[in-house]
Amino acid sequence: MPSLGADMDDGVLVEWDVKPGDRVSRGDIVAVVETQKGAIEIEIFESGTITRLLAAPGDTIAVGAPLAELDGPAATAGETEAAKAAPAPSAKAAAEPAAETLPERPAAPTIETPAVAATAREKTAPAVEAAPAAKAAPAGRVRASPAARQLAAERGIDLAGIQGTGPDGAVVRDDVAGGKAPQPAPGARPAAPTKTAETTGPARRGFDVDEMRKAIAAAMSRSKREIPHYYLSHTIDMRVASGWLDELNAQRPPEERVLIGMLLLKASALALTRFPEFNGRYENEAFAPAPAVHIGMAVAMRGGGLVAPALHDVDRLSLEELMAKARDLVARVRSGRLRSSEFTDAGITVTSLGERGVDTVFGVIYPPQVAIVGFGTVAMRALATENGVDAVPTVCATLAADHRVSDGRRGALFLREIDKLLQVPEAL
Amino acid sequence: MSEEITYREAAGAAIHDAMAADPRVFIMGEDVGHYGGTYAVTKGLLETFGPERVRDTPLSESGFTGAGIGAAMGGMRPIVEIMTVNFSLLALDQIVNNAATLRHMSGGQFNVPVVIRMATGAGRQLAAQHSHSLENWYAHVPGLRVLAPATVQDVYSMLAPALEDPDPVILFEHVMLYNRKGTLDRSAAVDLRSAAIRREGRDITLISYGGSLWKTLEAAALLAEDGIEAEVVDLRVLRPLDADTFLSSVRKTRRAVIVDEGWRTGSLAAEISAQIMEEVFWELDAPVGRVCSAEVPIPYPRHLEEAALPQVPAIIAAARAALGKQGEPA
Amino acid sequence: MTAGKTEATHPRLTRAHCQHLLQQMIRIRRFEEKCAELYTQEKIRGFLHLYIGEEAIAVGVMDALEADDAVLATYREHGHALARGLPMNKVMAEMYGKRDGSSGGRGGSMHIFDAEKRFVGGNAIVGGGLPLAVGLALADRMQGRERVTTCFFGEGAAAEGEFHESMNLATLWKLPVLFVCENNFYAMGTRLDLSESETDIHAKAASYRMPSEAVDGMNIVEVEAAARRAVATVRAGDGPYFLECRTYRFRAHSMFDPQLYRSKDEVKEREKKGPIVRFQGWVLDAGILHQADIDAIEADVAQEIDAAVAFAEASEWEAIETLLDHVGAVP
Repeated sequence: MPSLGADMDDGVLVEWDVKPGDRVSRGDIVAVVETQKGAIEIEIFESGTITRLLAAPGDTIAVGAPLAELDGPAATAGETEAAKAAPAPSAKAAAEPAAETLPERPAAPTIETPAVAATAREKTAPAVEAAPAAKAAPAGRVRASPAARQLAAERGIDLAGIQGTGPDGAVVRDDVAGGKAPQPAPGARPAAPTKTAETTGPARRGFDVDEMRKAIAAAMSRSKREIPHYYLSHTIDMRVASGWLDELNAQRPPEERVLIGMLLLKASALALTRFPEFNGRYENEAFAPAPAVHIGMAVAMRGGGLVAPALHDVDRLSLEELMAKARDLVARVRSGRLRSSEFTDAGITVTSLGERGVDTVFGVIYPPQVAIVGFGTVAMRALATENGVDAVPTVCATLAADHRVSDGRRGALFLREIDKLLQVPEAL
Repeated sequence: MSEEITYREAAGAAIHDAMAADPRVFIMGEDVGHYGGTYAVTKGLLETFGPERVRDTPLSESGFTGAGIGAAMGGMRPIVEIMTVNFSLLALDQIVNNAATLRHMSGGQFNVPVVIRMATGAGRQLAAQHSHSLENWYAHVPGLRVLAPATVQDVYSMLAPALEDPDPVILFEHVMLYNRKGTLDRSAAVDLRSAAIRREGRDITLISYGGSLWKTLEAAALLAEDGIEAEVVDLRVLRPLDADTFLSSVRKTRRAVIVDEGWRTGSLAAEISAQIMEEVFWELDAPVGRVCSAEVPIPYPRHLEEAALPQVPAIIAAARAALGKQGEPA
Repeated sequence: MTAGKTEATHPRLTRAHCQHLLQQMIRIRRFEEKCAELYTQEKIRGFLHLYIGEEAIAVGVMDALEADDAVLATYREHGHALARGLPMNKVMAEMYGKRDGSSGGRGGSMHIFDAEKRFVGGNAIVGGGLPLAVGLALADRMQGRERVTTCFFGEGAAAEGEFHESMNLATLWKLPVLFVCENNFYAMGTRLDLSESETDIHAKAASYRMPSEAVDGMNIVEVEAAARRAVATVRAGDGPYFLECRTYRFRAHSMFDPQLYRSKDEVKEREKKGPIVRFQGWVLDAGILHQADIDAIEADVAQEIDAAVAFAEASEWEAIETLLDHVGAVP
């Protein structure tokens, strides 16, 4: 049972996703565990074959106790690095949150792979004690750098789910930000492959609403403090798009129908490929355009709170694929089973309050992103058309963008581009 | 305009040029005249400027340092040479209790425009009474400006502004630098406030000064072969510290290792580390590392002396540890 | 003493001069008595080292100096500051730590400075001022100025290395320094013969081939005469001169001193031969001054002290915002 949080003493096994005889690879999800904070997917860090399951769904298992056995080079399934780091705590130790215990010299095992532990000490010149990271973190506490903690707090990300690449496996900022590990210099020998966001560990299921509120507060305050927003709005004639979609959906069973929001998302994604200055991050006083079109989709949580997990490569998905992915994502948001990369990969956010019936939404940019696109309800409104004033379906598209990165003129062109794309829905 | 010259020659040239430019400037210290300077920095000055301005002193560190302070108050611009930082402890009273305090105690009525030069550091097998790095002791004291030129250019160019400084300046010359060659442009000016970025990098900040700078740059070059781009900050001025420079570098790289030949406990490295914690804690991706001298009086035998001092492999190991990379470079 | 003494002193003992000498000593005495009182009222804090009993030295030596000579003193320097001509108001305000003090309040009783009077402090490190005096004199020598730097210190300083280093340097380089040792026979509470193998302090200076002599520091006439001689020698470019003035401190070392190291009788016996009582008695006996003159001096001094206290009381405290001022020219 891995330790997944500073105050986690034990977890209840909810389900096995593997059975004896299954081949598993490093990074596979093998089980789901319910903790005080919600359900968490357990990722395995070894490859091999499951030989025996040591716990059954419903069992309460102390942190550090084995969940399963695995053949092959590594010993016990479920005995992740984190698990090794946390021997089953005694009742006394469990009484106090680990966060408040002082780091001790490792009489207790450390959060290190064995290979790391050996080399770290050997490489340290005896007289110098140079390696700052040779000391163990307190058992049970996630080892994460201050910069990683700061970013995780802003984004409401649980550090326990992230595989660290820093000193002694600590989670560093790039791990949270997602796959932004430094690249080797030109001509340099390739460094060992760094972990990308895709291989990071399980995210927690179920969110702590209070914590999420704090995270939203931090992120939004920072946004309004640091980002000079400018706002544009543009009303889009949706006659063609709505008509086309109605026709499409008419031929389909309900579960295969595509919502109009997908057209808006896809149009936004295609527009972004032509307006890269709205897709990326502003960090260290510089803008870095995103390498792909990952769009954060704002999803309200039941019971309060808000997340904007990323839909990946929206520009390359068909409307059907997009619909499926969005459905899956919303379902997982509601059940609290998000992957950490989904928290961190978005280069822009699209928020739609259409189902709430408002006309216009002016968003607050989610730092370090540089723009947020908002869509109100698609509804019948009076519009001056070629026929005079008609009642036609329209949507109000808005853009809040970072003036440090882009200017209003480009923003206007971007919104117009979305409009143009929506006039040719079959191309979406 | 540039010339290829040793650090020793540059230090001597700086004194020569300062004395030639200003009749108030003179040098005094043990063996600066007839002997030519313990480290031969002042060789030839006696012949040029005579015994009034190249003043051999008795072995009275407190006496002649105090006299330098008094002469500075009396309108001269003395350069006091103390053989090594270890001997400067005999003059600590004059430097700390007088030079550093007189302006303040007198409510700004008196000032002490003295420059006190001394050799520092280990590496010449001079054992435990000639090898220590106590720069930090002086950097602790308000009222002093403390310089540690690491380059030929700096050791030349820092002296003139140090002499113009109306307040006491302590100038440290690391013994291992004297034979090092470098390029000197006599017309180039430096200020006495700023640290220098000696190498740009984005992955980690290595902060050093004086004799350790070159080891740090060597480590940075080796790290680059392994794809790690280290930024190297040369503090140059140990008091007042140019925190802006090293903090903005650490903000960029999120990681720092400080290389300081002083002993770790209570070191300048500790001060810098504390400032990093205070100012950029939330930007860090790793604990601040320190590579300092072992906590031992510097021993005589070469292998022990080397083991006691910050060396390139330890700097590399500390940098790699801060980056979460283990073991030998690939 | 030497044969030159009488001719150097007698011509100067006019009524006006005697009045001046007595007034200076009484000024210092009454000022310090007031300081002791203010100390008990917590107006003056920190250390307070009283000069009471030793006034003849500061007054006698200072009278031999020119305006552009430099003076360095110790932490027992209120008397020297007043004798050197620092305004009593500023000295008192400094005792209070007020903005209008001679060092802006930053020094306190041990660190009175005045650049205009070339009064280079109040140095509270025993022996710490001697190398500075050597350096100031060196600067004068190198710049061709005929100024004298006078450095006061106690006999306790003779045990410090800086004393010996300075003796050597000053003689070696023939520097214009007048060293004045105020030998009150106790370094705080340690009697001279308990701390020195050679109790003739001036003999130590002589061992560096420095002209030196010992005088009765309780006799202002003798002190002034010796000081004039010494200053003339120094100013003539013959190198440094060493004057040991044997004296006695009537008060404790500082306000925190119960004086376990000496008897009350010893102090009483010495007080009878104090510099003021002796000189005052002599000028009255000789008919140079009359009781009315002395009463007038006392009245003048009392008025001056009242004004100084009022000045110090009225002076402002330095603003906290200025805390870091005067650390360096460039903050």
